[in-house]
Amino acid sequence: MGLAKRIIPCLDVDNGRVVKGVNFVGIRDAGDPVEIARRYNEQGADEITFLDITASHEGRDTTVHTVEQIAEQVFIPLTVGGGIRSVDDIRTMLNAGADKVSINTAAIVDPELVRRASERFGAQCIVVAIDAKRVADVDGAPRWEIFTHGGRKPTGIDAVAWAVKMAQLGAGEILLTSMDRDGTKNGFELGVTRAITDAVDIPVIASGGVGNLDHLVEGITQGGADAVLAASIFHFGEYTVPQAKAYMAERGIEVRR
Amino acid sequence: MALEEKAQRVAVIDYGMGNLHSVASALAHVGAGEVQVTCDLDAIRAADRVVFPGVGAIRDCMAEIRRLKCDELLAAALTEQRKPVLAICVGMQALMSRSEENGGVDCLDIIPGQVRHFGSAQTGAGGERLKVPHMGWNEVKQSAGHPLWAGIADNSRFYFVHSYYVHADNRDLQAGALHYGVEADAALAIDNLFAVQFHPEKSHTAGLQLLRNFLEWNPAC
Repeated sequence: MGLAKRIIPCLDVDNGRVVKGVNFVGIRDAGDPVEIARRYNEQGADEITFLDITASHEGRDTTVHTVEQIAEQVFIPLTVGGGIRSVDDIRTMLNAGADKVSINTAAIVDPELVRRASERFGAQCIVVAIDAKRVADVDGAPRWEIFTHGGRKPTGIDAVAWAVKMAQLGAGEILLTSMDRDGTKNGFELGVTRAITDAVDIPVIASGGVGNLDHLVEGITQGGADAVLAASIFHFGEYTVPQAKAYMAERGIEVRR
Repeated sequence: MALEEKAQRVAVIDYGMGNLHSVASALAHVGAGEVQVTCDLDAIRAADRVVFPGVGAIRDCMAEIRRLKCDELLAAALTEQRKPVLAICVGMQALMSRSEENGGVDCLDIIPGQVRHFGSAQTGAGGERLKVPHMGWNEVKQSAGHPLWAGIADNSRFYFVHSYYVHADNRDLQAGALHYGVEADAALAIDNLFAVQFHPEKSHTAGLQLLRNFLEWNPAC
């Protein structure tokens, strides 16, 4: 027996409400983030991730307040991401009760932010989020590139090389989202998941595309992920966290029960 | 009829390194009467129990611990007043003699022992690669009985997040063991001090039970 693979429900929060879009269109309202976080805590979720998807446009105060409320009632780790741009932003979220902070675009704009943040707060609380999209293969080998702005803007950066660089700069974990799969319910993009989990020594969370419990299993057994993140399958009551854990355990995956 | 329990005043030592609200709210959640996050000597003296938390890099932590004289606060709680003290994560590591982190940092040497890096390229029992940081829920083997384990099943999972692990010189101090490529001290117990590498405040029911036990712990008995 050893370290359990983690199941992480993700709360995409827009203006203080949990939502989950299909490829970021057709957003459905799923409810109050504090209530939902508490439900997952009671169900035995291993962590909760809170992604503020309005962060680039709106004030941060609502988010800080929501994070404070969640942290007061939820006694499992909480990761907060969305719109984190500076060491001060990270400090604000940690002080509000986040255990980890996820950095995405800001790491692309200023990779040294990852180093500074890791030195100041420790690698354990610095998650680098990577939004990857499959691009034209090179010499027959698949290739994934980082996209920003919800998958709309290419950066030309190779996702696997970027993950390695982020780990070297001091990231403690990688949150890998396939922009091809996010919201599709067709399962993780296992190719990029495997490529990144093989390339780095730090834990990798697979994200984007979970539509059923087999997808969670595949993320771990085929993708090599240390944790699997999902949103809509839990939010809309299709599956509970205990159901997911029981299913994974039956397939030989070590989970916390 | 049990005597009415006195509401416990808990001081959480604050040396400015990150999120102490989780510890404070978890203690309040399990029934602490008053939780003060402080680095004030009088507040520490007035508390019934003291928590010594910590996150972050050890060099910065030690610098702040010494600058704010938290070592003196700890000494007052531990040896002068002999009240129950719970050290968590980097708080535990800071109690040891020395850490390998940041090129080597001298720590408080309250518990003789070392803080070592897990090392890369470790493999588990099944040959799988072990990632560092050691992050997530792992089993803690209760290597010695202790009031803080009351009501917690042996090998319960607790939430860990760390790249360095503690190895006390005196192996009899180990109260909980962690296996992650190497055997590490998940918990150490010495008189009125209990130190844990995991985060009870993030460890759901098992962690909350440990904090509840801490509030009821009377090392003098």
